[in-house]
Amino acid sequence: MQRYFGRKLLIYGLTFFVAVTINWMIPRFMPGDPVRNMLARANVSQPEAVAAMEAHYRNLFGFDLPIWRQYLNFWAALLRGDLGTSVWVFPTPVLDVIMRAVPYSVGLLVPAILLSWWAGNRFGAFAARRRLLDGAVLPVGYVLTATPYMWLAILLAWALGIVAGWFPVAGGYDFSMRPHLSWEFVGSLLQHWFLPFLSLFLVAFGGWAIGMRNMIIYELESDYAGYLAALGAPQRLIRRYAFRNAVLPQITGLALQLGVLVAGALVTEIVFSYPGLGYLILQAVQNSDFFLLQGIFLFIVIGVLVANFVIDIVYVLVDPRTRAGMGAEAA
Amino acid sequence: MTAPPEEKADAPGAAAALAAPPRGALRESLYFALRNGKLLFGLGVVLVLLGIALIGPLFVDGSPTAYVGPPASAPSGEYWLGTTMFGQDVWVQFVYGLRATFLVGALGGGLAALVGMVVGFTAGYRGGLVDEVLNMLTNIVLVIPTLAVLLIINAYLGVRSVGMQALFIGLTSWPWAARAIRAQTFSLRSRDFVDLARLSGVRTWKIITREIAPNMSSYLFMTFILLFGGAILIGASLDFIGLGPADGVSLGLMLQNAAKWSALQLGLWWWFIPPGAGITALVGALYIMNVGLDEVFNPRLRET
Repeated sequence: MQRYFGRKLLIYGLTFFVAVTINWMIPRFMPGDPVRNMLARANVSQPEAVAAMEAHYRNLFGFDLPIWRQYLNFWAALLRGDLGTSVWVFPTPVLDVIMRAVPYSVGLLVPAILLSWWAGNRFGAFAARRRLLDGAVLPVGYVLTATPYMWLAILLAWALGIVAGWFPVAGGYDFSMRPHLSWEFVGSLLQHWFLPFLSLFLVAFGGWAIGMRNMIIYELESDYAGYLAALGAPQRLIRRYAFRNAVLPQITGLALQLGVLVAGALVTEIVFSYPGLGYLILQAVQNSDFFLLQGIFLFIVIGVLVANFVIDIVYVLVDPRTRAGMGAEAA
Repeated sequence: MTAPPEEKADAPGAAAALAAPPRGALRESLYFALRNGKLLFGLGVVLVLLGIALIGPLFVDGSPTAYVGPPASAPSGEYWLGTTMFGQDVWVQFVYGLRATFLVGALGGGLAALVGMVVGFTAGYRGGLVDEVLNMLTNIVLVIPTLAVLLIINAYLGVRSVGMQALFIGLTSWPWAARAIRAQTFSLRSRDFVDLARLSGVRTWKIITREIAPNMSSYLFMTFILLFGGAILIGASLDFIGLGPADGVSLGLMLQNAAKWSALQLGLWWWFIPPGAGITALVGALYIMNVGLDEVFNPRLRET
């Protein structure tokens, strides 16, 4: 088991290293002068302000230093939590800008991921091998997983938000309010949270339901299921055993799908102008705020790595074989 | 490293497809393919959309970005899908956008399949240190969120085109395919016919292309379809964030423009429904086609 975790941590460490290196390399090896590009596309009008910003960013990039020094400095700054300065909301540090958005993204993603996984698995297991339901689950599930996240978000915003008028379609809370702790504000938060959550939930739900359905059918055809049936075990018991076995690949699948889910959350936030990381990305792209973009990139990578590690731990807790060191390092 | 785990997540159909007898296998597959509703339905939808993308642009006149009609008019006989807020013909945009979407899917998915095959075959067949290193690489690319990497590459990249987008999607979305192919290769490489080829002194690369790959061709094809669909979805997300091709149209860009110019608030449903419906129909049809193919190649799934 120690070997299992050691290996995992090595991979995650390497991944983080690669991500940081990519982050450092891209502005330096892409064609053109990154500082000039950034400021040219950012909408700053006064020439003095531009000159001051240019000096600031040249200093941040440190182009006059030898390349290995630039790389080391980059790491040093990173470890101090210094991700540079935002162009969009100059001169706020990128870290502050991101920290304000992270709670919204996490609040959206974690419930959507966990609930869709849970509900999708339950539903898929229930529907498998039940003629009528199965016939309906398959097409609906496939259409749901094929739906681009932003499109479902747009449809929900239009149908439930604008046409029906049940939910607000923009922002993280009512524009007339200031963030404070009161029932009214929390209510407003929840109201704005619901539609982005629902669209994330639905798309992911389809994928889990289908995955589980296929896996259960596979398990029900296995020898142990046949043996149990031959012994006269009730169908419910067999299904329960099948579910337990089928859920393991789904846990692995969750780790594999994290990137896709995060991407889905980003575009969903953009549709709803939800003040999370996705919305920040849009602002960063529109304002050519590369430091902000790179900071968000690192945050997403760290988030996904941590989530992966949590899933690894859960896997070990759920699957006794990994604990006994019988191999089965499926991950 | 210990023996590779049996990865259940990798299409259960593959094992049975491997065992299919070579003689008459094609005819048998065809027999079942023509009777498989899912496959025919999926293939039908994909072909219709492909037809629209291929010959559609020949029949519509004007550029997709030209301002041709009255702004924000509902679908009518003249403008089949209405016009945007600026008077661009939505149908013309859809037709051209579908073409770009197919292109991203084919190029991005194709490249990803190619990289995945090279890595998967090499790692699975060679084993040992090569496998160890490639596995590490695969795991790293697998964990890094693809869209986030594409985000910063595309942002810094001044000129953006469909080709570039496909290239980067292809270079980042291959890992799961590589792992699946590696696992399959692992199970094939110790079969008798592979041993025989090796003993007769056939070169490694030839063994892989002549002995191993044909025995999992159905699996490879299905992998390609999934990568194709995945590339389309990633491409659409990139477009939507505003990192799509700088010139031209795509379905994702149409969605982006619709959202950006508040088509929702203005109730211009004909602007944002067609592009999303196009993507959903195409990717959904690809997935359903894949289920059908799985049933065709895997006898155990047939009777259900």
